[in-house]
Amino acid sequence: MAEVAYVNASRVYPGSPPVRAVDELKLDVADGEFLVLVGPSGSGKSTALRMLAGLEDVDEGAIEIGGKDVTNVPPKGRDIAMVFQSYALYPHMTVGENMGFALKLRGVSKPDIKAKVAEAAKMLDLEKYLDRKPKALSGGQRQRVAMGRAIVREPSVFLMDEPLSNLDAKLRVETRANIAALQRRLGTTTIYVTHDQVEAMTMGHRVAVLKDGLLQQCDTPRALYETPANAFVAAFIGSPGMNLKTVPLTAAGAQLDGLEVPLPRTTLDKVGADGLKEVTFGVRPESLGLVGAGEDGMELTVELVEELGADAYVYGSVRIADQPERFIVRVDGRTPPALGQTVRVGLRDHSEIHLFNPETGARIEG
Amino acid sequence: MSLDAASIKATENAAIAKPTGHVKRSRLASFGLHGALTVASLIAVFPVFWVFITSLKPDAKAAETTPTLFNESSFDNYANVLAGEKGAFLSWFANSAVIAILTTVISVFLSATAAYAVSRFRFPGYRGMMLSFLLIQMFPFAVLIVPLYNILLMLGLQGTSFGLVLVYCTTAVPFCAYMLKGYFDTIPRDIDEAGRIDGLSPFSVFWRLVLPLSKPGVAVTAFYAFLTAWGEVAFASAFLSASDESKTLAVGLQVFVQQNRTEWGHLAAASILVAIPAVIVFYLVQKFLVAGLASGAVKG
Ligand SMILES: Nc1ncnc2c1ncn2[C@@H]1O[C@H](COP(=O)(O)OP(=O)(O)OP(=O)(O)O)[C@@H](O)[C@H]1O
Ligand SMILES: [Mg+2]
Repeated sequence: MAEVAYVNASRVYPGSPPVRAVDELKLDVADGEFLVLVGPSGSGKSTALRMLAGLEDVDEGAIEIGGKDVTNVPPKGRDIAMVFQSYALYPHMTVGENMGFALKLRGVSKPDIKAKVAEAAKMLDLEKYLDRKPKALSGGQRQRVAMGRAIVREPSVFLMDEPLSNLDAKLRVETRANIAALQRRLGTTTIYVTHDQVEAMTMGHRVAVLKDGLLQQCDTPRALYETPANAFVAAFIGSPGMNLKTVPLTAAGAQLDGLEVPLPRTTLDKVGADGLKEVTFGVRPESLGLVGAGEDGMELTVELVEELGADAYVYGSVRIADQPERFIVRVDGRTPPALGQTVRVGLRDHSEIHLFNPETGARIEG
Repeated sequence: MSLDAASIKATENAAIAKPTGHVKRSRLASFGLHGALTVASLIAVFPVFWVFITSLKPDAKAAETTPTLFNESSFDNYANVLAGEKGAFLSWFANSAVIAILTTVISVFLSATAAYAVSRFRFPGYRGMMLSFLLIQMFPFAVLIVPLYNILLMLGLQGTSFGLVLVYCTTAVPFCAYMLKGYFDTIPRDIDEAGRIDGLSPFSVFWRLVLPLSKPGVAVTAFYAFLTAWGEVAFASAFLSASDESKTLAVGLQVFVQQNRTEWGHLAAASILVAIPAVIVFYLVQKFLVAGLASGAVKG
């Protein structure tokens, strides 16, 4: 067990211009914590993880594991175990040999290896397959072997790079829960990479959002959802995504088509001080709702209805400054509006809105 | 859609009939297929068969205007050749074996390590190295004899078996390295990295993971290196000393072909004896020539 720290760590690939795949990443992970690195493709998640594993050079800054600087320590000296997206099982070894390989290299005695492998196999329901080669296993079983190989070593840190992306949707949800439970049981510090924000939100104690190699925000799932630090995080976290529109400001608030959203005095003062004429206004689909004709709201022309059973998501357009703007609204699944219908949409609660600086994207605290 | 269903069905059938790999075929198609294969095998086997038939006949009866299967046939030619009546056959055989085995071992080791380096690392001179591997293949042997002779002379290796082994390695290593690089490239790097995290040093990654996974590739290159040395004539006659005992088989066979008389029966018998080790080597490596050893490493 150990805590992990990225100390302004950067990975710069040479080229013109050089690619800063991970840019001055500063992140502290507590002992026993499950931290998820999430971001769109190419945001540097894998690179960050591989830097921690010692598979990628650290060009600037440092990496610490258990309080020790391991920046120049080779992978085998870092006491880590990694689960690869491709699983990377050794094809010429049986499942048992795959799982016990690291112990064998460390000179652990044969009976001890056998006991440890058996224990891990039991945990992962792999006992039947110990003598098989990886190619005779299903994708889900291979995934479990890859997990087993990591567990058997009892490392101080687990690293996982999209370990579920090769599984089908149902198995993924199941395995997601298993991994989270396993981590809780073992209490091993875990860094988990995914591009799937649902995975991130459901598994992580804390979630770090990356974009273009830069850390956008690192916080608990709830905090990310409720107070995203910038427009990117706001749009990235949540499914379907937050409605984000850049709208003009009035004396009393933000002006959306027929709907003027009043803003608190403090917010307006702050925005005024920055000299902004517009703000990026964000509201989550569940913070919007259908309202009656007399109430505050905007006219939405329904273009698509996604029925999910209990809820339905209505996709439609609202004209803001004569431009059609796409909005997503969550409505009761039993009475969804029909396609092409025009409905009135209003805010459920005036506090459930997010404002961002339209130039920098930074959150404007209200 | 129907195509998909059909192909899925076909895969299922293939999977069910795994042991034999049979797919149901019509009688006519089956007959045609077997017929074509039989004809092809006959064409391939016939020359070897005829050499064998010839090797049983006395020299005088070996090449006749009306060929017969048997004509005073016996194993006398073999006895003569092995007894060394026509030249030191057994020393030639030993020379060839030593040279071929040394060439195989050295060039497989050198080319595998070189191929691993060019497959996994990028270093200055990488392109030049790969290009030179290819360029070397382009020179005809004859052009190389004089410069190689001079180099061997300088090294004091002219006339020695080891000198000849080095010469064979210069042709085998680049080719084998090229082949093995292609093979190593198909092994996912994730496996290397998993190995390094599990505690392997870079050399052990090569030795314990990459090499075992490349058995088919290594087998093919070993076979190639062996054949390079086993059947070669030009270098062997130029670089080995002229004494009869130091010849290799391929060079030695020339004693049966004299200016105005060819001892066909003995030549054929010696050829069969020469071919046997090559066949044995092929037999040893062929079980590795099954593809798909690396399958199952990663989700495919
Ligand atoms: N060898 C390299 N040379 C130059 N740039 C590279 C190299 N390897 C990666 N990059 C760049 O670094 C950035 C981060 O890559 P990385 O693999 O970490 O992304 P990722 O977040 O894991 O994406 P994904 O979700 O697709 O796996 C990308 O923009 C990529 O193009
Ligand atoms: Mg990645």
